[in-house]
Amino acid sequence: MITKKDVEHIGWLARIKLSDEEKEEFTTQLNSILDYFAKLDEIDPNVAPTHHVSGVVNVFRDDAVKESLDQKDVLQNAPKKEEGFFKGPRIV
Amino acid sequence: MKDVIIGLEVHVQLNKLNSKLFCGCSTKYHDSEPNTYTCPVCLGLPGALPVLNRAIVEAAIKVALALNCEIAEQTLFYRKNYYYPDLPKGFQISQYDYPIATNGKLVIEGDGERQIRIKRVHMEEDPARLVHKGPIERSKYSLIDYNRSGMPLLEVVTEPDLGSPKEARQFLNKLRNILEYLDVFDGSLEGALRVDANISLAGGARTEVKNISSYKGVEKALSFEIVRQKNLMRRGIKVVQETRHYDEARGVTISLRTKEEEKDYRYFPEPDLVPFKVKDKVAEIRKCLPELPDAKRRRFVKRYNISEHHAKVLTSELGLANFFENVAAKVGANQAATWIADVLKGELNYRDLDISAFSPEHMIQILHMLEEKNITEKGAVQVIRTLLDKGGTPAEIVKQKGLLKVDEDVIAKAVDEAIKENPAAVKDYHAGKNEALHFLVGQVMKKTSGKADPNVVNKLLREKL
Ligand SMILES: [Zn+2]
Repeated sequence: MITKKDVEHIGWLARIKLSDEEKEEFTTQLNSILDYFAKLDEIDPNVAPTHHVSGVVNVFRDDAVKESLDQKDVLQNAPKKEEGFFKGPRIV
Repeated sequence: MKDVIIGLEVHVQLNKLNSKLFCGCSTKYHDSEPNTYTCPVCLGLPGALPVLNRAIVEAAIKVALALNCEIAEQTLFYRKNYYYPDLPKGFQISQYDYPIATNGKLVIEGDGERQIRIKRVHMEEDPARLVHKGPIERSKYSLIDYNRSGMPLLEVVTEPDLGSPKEARQFLNKLRNILEYLDVFDGSLEGALRVDANISLAGGARTEVKNISSYKGVEKALSFEIVRQKNLMRRGIKVVQETRHYDEARGVTISLRTKEEEKDYRYFPEPDLVPFKVKDKVAEIRKCLPELPDAKRRRFVKRYNISEHHAKVLTSELGLANFFENVAAKVGANQAATWIADVLKGELNYRDLDISAFSPEHMIQILHMLEEKNITEKGAVQVIRTLLDKGGTPAEIVKQKGLLKVDEDVIAKAVDEAIKENPAAVKDYHAGKNEALHFLVGQVMKKTSGKADPNVVNKLLREKL
């Protein structure tokens, strides 16, 4: 059962600010999603986990250098920048 | 039970490889402009897909074998989800269940040998570098440089087997040494090593100190943390389990009220990377492992008949060990060991230089001159210092500084003069005053501008008196 407090915590993990109405709405929605997923409990648990669906293993590349992007191109969509750096909020 | 319990999570950059973990950007970004070594993959642009660098898996297996680990049958990557500006995708590609290696051990030599258990070794991508103007808790914003983003990291996690900050330092030195022997790591580069340390005192809670980024920093941060926890306990205040940030500039740890716990990272298998089955590579890689520090140390003692202490110093860096072997091939091994481990290493440490600053050829020339008694030991030290400070060649320096040892007949002449000119001292000497001999030695040294061998001067003076 997901509580409103869980939704607040999940919102914080994603750094999303939620209004009171949204918190209510998402609590209901997330609970109905969880209910739906409860169907998985009917599955036989004694089956090896599927980590990847394709069955392919060992896809590598060689240790070769490719050209990187130009600094100008890298920063072109950044709303805030300074001296070649991206500029973002301090989180800690 | 130990008073102090320390476990380390050591992140080392495999910076000797050519390209990053999942993209073709170069790993040689150090000292470059910010955001000049990036691409859609390491910038986390939508739709970009990671492809694993084969050399990193091989390097990881090499390291794991050197740390006596078991290599996994199958290894997987996971997404570690957290939202932070240094992770452009909102998650870090790391390993969780099925790490590449587990259950290793490393022997450190402090006061006796100690075995430190290695819990696991795993691969992950390095986050970007954040720059803050001023102390982190007071800066208004972060500046982000994605050059470091996607650099290949190995995380080496120990069991809580370390009993002091000094042991933690010894562990790191040994680990660095092994990584450099394996030629996967250059520890001198900025950001090459970062350590998170778990530390608790007997009867107290465990704190995690993050962001330690130098060898010396580990010892300092842990010592600070021990004093802090002891002070709290003495005042009857409970140590709380928390994450703290090490501020290198101020040498203190600061509480970081992070609300993220392990479950908040919501690890799940990275769908963009398939599983890796690499166990069949292990035998081949094991065959190609170079001689490691412990084996080299034992061989040095046996083959060159040098002391255990000298062998330990000489094998503490691969460059130093190779230097020694170059020199020992041309001059007496014991003399080479003494002059390199005791004298040269000390002069290098004093100047914060490493062995690449000195040529083995020069060392051979200096030791030859000593063997042939052309210079004194004091003169040899002077040549080494001059080479380090000003450069040149040993022969030039010996000539310029007039270090060529004076012949015995020149000394004999100076001795005769000194005896003739100082009858009072001679009288005192015969009266049993030892200082009189020192005085006369000093007179002879003055006459030969300090280039006479003091042993010879002493011998001749005693004979002639
Ligand atoms: Zn890239």
